[in-house]
Amino acid sequence: MSTILQAIDVRKAYAAHTALNGVSLEIPTGSIFGLLGPNGAGKTSLIRIITQITGADSGEIRFRGEKLNPSHIAQIGYLPEERGLYKKMRVGEQLLYLARLKGLSKADATDRIKQWIDRLDLRPWVSKNVEDLSKGMQQKVQFIATVLHEPSLIILDEPFSGFDPINANLIKDEILALRERGTTIIFSTHRMESVEELCDNIALINRSNKVLDGPVRQIRDAFKTNTYEVEGKGRLMVIHPDFEVLEHKERENDHFYDRIRLHNGTTPNDLLRYLIGNVEVQAFRELIPSINEIFIRRVQETMPETLETANALL
Amino acid sequence: MEKIWLIIQREYNTRVRKKSFLIVSLLAPLLLAATSLIIAKLNAPGSADEVAVYDESGLGLMARLTSTDDTRFVPATGSSSAAATAAFKKSKPKQAALLVFSKDFSLDTTEGVQLLANGNMSLKRQVNIRKAVNKAVGELKLTRSGLNQTTIDNLKADVNLKAVDLSQQGGRENNAGLTTATAYALSILVYMFIFIYGVQVMRGVAEEKSNRIMEVMVSSVKPFELMMGKILGIGGVVLTQFAIWLTLSYAVTTLVGPLLLKNDKAPVATTATVKTQPAAPASAAAADTAPAAPADQPSTPPSLWGVLEGLPIGSILGGFLFFFLGGYLLYSSLFAAIGAAVDDQTDAQQFMFPVTIPLILSYIASITVVINGDPNGPLAFWLSMIPLTSPIAMVMRLPFGVPLWQLLLSGVFLIGGFILATWIAGRIYRVGILMYGKKVTYGELSRWMFYKG
Repeated sequence: MSTILQAIDVRKAYAAHTALNGVSLEIPTGSIFGLLGPNGAGKTSLIRIITQITGADSGEIRFRGEKLNPSHIAQIGYLPEERGLYKKMRVGEQLLYLARLKGLSKADATDRIKQWIDRLDLRPWVSKNVEDLSKGMQQKVQFIATVLHEPSLIILDEPFSGFDPINANLIKDEILALRERGTTIIFSTHRMESVEELCDNIALINRSNKVLDGPVRQIRDAFKTNTYEVEGKGRLMVIHPDFEVLEHKERENDHFYDRIRLHNGTTPNDLLRYLIGNVEVQAFRELIPSINEIFIRRVQETMPETLETANALL
Repeated sequence: MEKIWLIIQREYNTRVRKKSFLIVSLLAPLLLAATSLIIAKLNAPGSADEVAVYDESGLGLMARLTSTDDTRFVPATGSSSAAATAAFKKSKPKQAALLVFSKDFSLDTTEGVQLLANGNMSLKRQVNIRKAVNKAVGELKLTRSGLNQTTIDNLKADVNLKAVDLSQQGGRENNAGLTTATAYALSILVYMFIFIYGVQVMRGVAEEKSNRIMEVMVSSVKPFELMMGKILGIGGVVLTQFAIWLTLSYAVTTLVGPLLLKNDKAPVATTATVKTQPAAPASAAAADTAPAAPADQPSTPPSLWGVLEGLPIGSILGGFLFFFLGGYLLYSSLFAAIGAAVDDQTDAQQFMFPVTIPLILSYIASITVVINGDPNGPLAFWLSMIPLTSPIAMVMRLPFGVPLWQLLLSGVFLIGGFILATWIAGRIYRVGILMYGKKVTYGELSRWMFYKG
């Protein structure tokens, strides 16, 4: 798998604080990449360097193997967290203007605007001023403006904040469709649960440092704790040295809920066999840690002094 | 470069298409024309002040006071000074003043003259009356010293001083009044336009910032391009408005002027129009065709026309455009930086102060210079060299004629000042546009200038 974007030891400091402290990343082409971390971790700083709004103090960004330069601007689409449009401009004109600033010719831009307008049902709004649109409509316009020039890399900063659920799903579908066509997408968010099912790869950033990165599946496997959730009927009393009960709850009508961790190479089947002999099993599933939990554990391991703030910000 | 052009177009089009632009462009010259016509009517001569004279001195001074266009002397009614005063108080139509020569008025001390008025009297009236009294008393003294009236009349010298500007081809006749009026008008225009449109640039930037469109924009274009695009686009709007005003003023004064001026004394009205409008040739031409213009007026329209031609029109127009544009670019880039640095308009006030100070100062100083009549003196010279003040000061000097080397030097300084200002503004702008929720101080601003990348 090729790499569309590579960050090598990127550093950026402002007057009072360090925003990025030697961050390195690799983003595979055609994947959905989650850039995750609490507010103030340095995500937006990194994105602004990638979009060439600011420059890094040191380190390097490579786009398709080339050192990042202004010719790449047209290949990147960016939806910032602080988003807005010219309120007193018509939807159609505004899209045309933004597309042409990305280097599209007037004819090409007009064609594509037509396609997108129809696709997202904005036809009746084209010649309305942006300020006359509902917030949801404005979000659609904003999204079109981000993807209109068919960038090969799309960066969405806090993409679902402010989107209503219907639009959020619409945008999710469009994003997945874009990935099908080979577009690479970067999600940057502090709400990890909102994107974890979408992302192929993630990087976790805390306090200007990357704390973890890799494919989501791999990371989850690595952080699996061999813990299982069991629900059933009967009186469960586990007295087995390899099965550690983390939590036990008695419920009404002789029901129970348990969390059990396996030790010494025992398998879930071993646990099931043991349970079936004692109680009636109604539910049995492996507990896979959420990205959120992984983040907290990782921060705990690597930078315990920042855990409290990280927790508070998540 | 292509992107800057797109930005210029957007800034220009959105503004020019606004209804308010159209209204201001169409109404302003009409209002100006209307106001100047009203002023002209009000200022029209024919309403000389009537001054009652009560003479107890027995010297026959009343007979010697000569009435002029401005002041008319009439004998006071009443047999005593008290009666005269009472009559003056009740006079209808109101008399402007009562001049009393008391019994003990003596030619040697010239004491014992009183001027009574209802309320305060304008300086101009006092001066006019004093002139007339001086003249009457002086002549009386001359008669007493043995000269006869014919000799005195022969001795009177009424020199008609004609100022001729030698720097103009063929030594044109000079009209200080018109030159001064043009100087005023030009500097007011520059001041107004720089201020109004500079603030528009600031508002535009602040709006982009509060609309949160800034970050979308700067991911496509460089902040400097965005800033310059806005400044140049709005600059285009100014020039358009200016062109409309000139054309309309010309049209209005050519077409409507003669009709309105028909029964007025044309030259006065024309001068008043010139004062408020740079499109003077039009009004002069209009007056020229006014059929009722009396032929015996001291300054007839053709000579005014001549004077206007005598003004260095070419260098005035060229210089005006250059210094106005230079000043606009310089100031509006500073205004753009302010718009970028602050979060909302109210915060902008504190930063606007130091930017508007030189603008106001140069305006006031320019007026002072014109009043003192020293358009080539050291104050005028230095003001017209410093880039922050030269747009107004130099434009003010233009009608009086400015040596070429000064124009060039000041122009170079202005271009330099403009480049420096945009550099500083660009640095502040770049950082400011992405800075939200931060109370900005001057120290902060100066640090921004040296931020990397």
